[in-house]
Amino acid sequence: MSHHLVEASNLTHVYDDGTVALNEVSFRITHGESVAIIGVNGAGKSTLLLHLNGYLHPTRGDIRIGETPLTKETLPAIRRTVGLVFQDPDDQLFMPTVYDDVAFGPRNQGLPETEVERRVQDALERVGVWAVRSKPPYRLSGGEKKRVAIAGVLAMAPDILVMDEPTSGLDPHARRQLIRLLGEFSHTRIFTSHDLDMVLELCPRTIVLMQGAVMADGPTREIFGDAALLERCMLERPLSMQSCPICAARQRQVASTRPRAWREVLPLQARRR
Amino acid sequence: MSGPPVLGALVEFRQLDLFAAQSSGVHRLDARAKVVVVLAFVVCVMSFGRYAVASLLPYFAFPVLVAIWAQLPFAMLARKVAMVVPIAVLIGLPNPFFDREMVLHVAGLGISGGWISLVSIVLRALLAAAAAIVLVAVTGFPAVCGALERLGMPKALAVQLLFLYRYLTVLGEEALRMTTARELRGGGRKLSIRLYGVLVGRLLMRTWDRAERIYLAMCARGFVGDFNSGPVSRFGWRDLAFVGGCCGAFLLFRVRDVVQVVGNAALGGGR
Repeated sequence: MSHHLVEASNLTHVYDDGTVALNEVSFRITHGESVAIIGVNGAGKSTLLLHLNGYLHPTRGDIRIGETPLTKETLPAIRRTVGLVFQDPDDQLFMPTVYDDVAFGPRNQGLPETEVERRVQDALERVGVWAVRSKPPYRLSGGEKKRVAIAGVLAMAPDILVMDEPTSGLDPHARRQLIRLLGEFSHTRIFTSHDLDMVLELCPRTIVLMQGAVMADGPTREIFGDAALLERCMLERPLSMQSCPICAARQRQVASTRPRAWREVLPLQARRR
Repeated sequence: MSGPPVLGALVEFRQLDLFAAQSSGVHRLDARAKVVVVLAFVVCVMSFGRYAVASLLPYFAFPVLVAIWAQLPFAMLARKVAMVVPIAVLIGLPNPFFDREMVLHVAGLGISGGWISLVSIVLRALLAAAAAIVLVAVTGFPAVCGALERLGMPKALAVQLLFLYRYLTVLGEEALRMTTARELRGGGRKLSIRLYGVLVGRLLMRTWDRAERIYLAMCARGFVGDFNSGPVSRFGWRDLAFVGGCCGAFLLFRVRDVVQVVGNAALGGGR
């Protein structure tokens, strides 16, 4: 389906103070792709996301969602197609109850109340928080808030999901659950993240931004394998692609000293095994 | 969280929405009926002469009875209502200085008109605040705004009100965070006027940023200026009865001095 397509060509954005936040950014994301946009703070990730939904207008260049160029007239349709989940769920959740909050989008679409009910229930069950539907959002845990925020966007049935830092601020368990959930979606997905291990798991393709320009765009594993590129962009290889420091130390020890000396370098846990 | 109690109360304000999610008889009434009744209540209370004190007292029955009907916790409501006292006192404070004519003598002590009008102002403020807070607690703020809109208030104004309500808590939260951060590193020292100015400026900028992010998030979910706060209820017989009964009682309290009538009846019965 062609309407799941996201295309930027020569996208440039200059803020009022003269900062060039995006510089000739071009890419094409096709149906069902899961793409990560990574880069250091201030690389232009958030600015780029805000363009995908039409909050910021390009200084030069343009954006197409599906076959539709992003203009003032097409904005409502594009915002229905592109669901944007914000980094801080507290910015997104503002209705008195979880239910009302998730219903906010469908109600704005002018759907009949029975359809709104169905959408809200589907979305909340999809992310596993139907049980808290009558609670106020600010009483939820961080992980639950994130899920409700995602449900709020899912309830609008977007074709493309755009998420800013989905795993930030979550504990390891909630993060793991969220990654599993995001992996189940069949939408075209675009994530920005500093959680490169999540990127490795969820996104076969990665776009690296640096000072507003695309430094690399390709298969995630290749990009993370390119040490020179990562260093140039001030990024680090994901932990799961780095060798284990304990094992590395052990190997060095094996090479240099007798086995008895292991005890001096290995932490207690490793020694018990 | 620590910080000035006023900020805490501001943040706590959204607790009212929690109560609005309950489903007592008064919760189920059409929001328009409740809004009309509260407006009538406020108009009646405000229409008394400036020395009215005793004749205002019967009006306390309204918020109290509705709170009982809706099973709202009294202590929480009282705390919120009490927040208006300092403001009302500030407004009425000049009265005792300008209006020194003795209008009442109790046990040989003269009480000036100024003091009585001060008490009257505080009572009215309490009544109006109590009615408004009970209204929000049994209706929910979004529904109150929806009702006002359906009663003919311009849509832009209704949406403004909703934003005001939403951003009030945002402002409260930001302020609370800032005061906590300052207290932690302030070494117990008092806030100087200069620093106070800096903090307020920062607070404005931070709230501004956050408000903008919230607005963006609303636009992302199709917000184009209409607030659709759920299924619209119909105005039925129960609602009509509620409006009629309440407004009738308010008018009765207004034209007949109920305190005196009850007092006379009690004295007459005692004889």
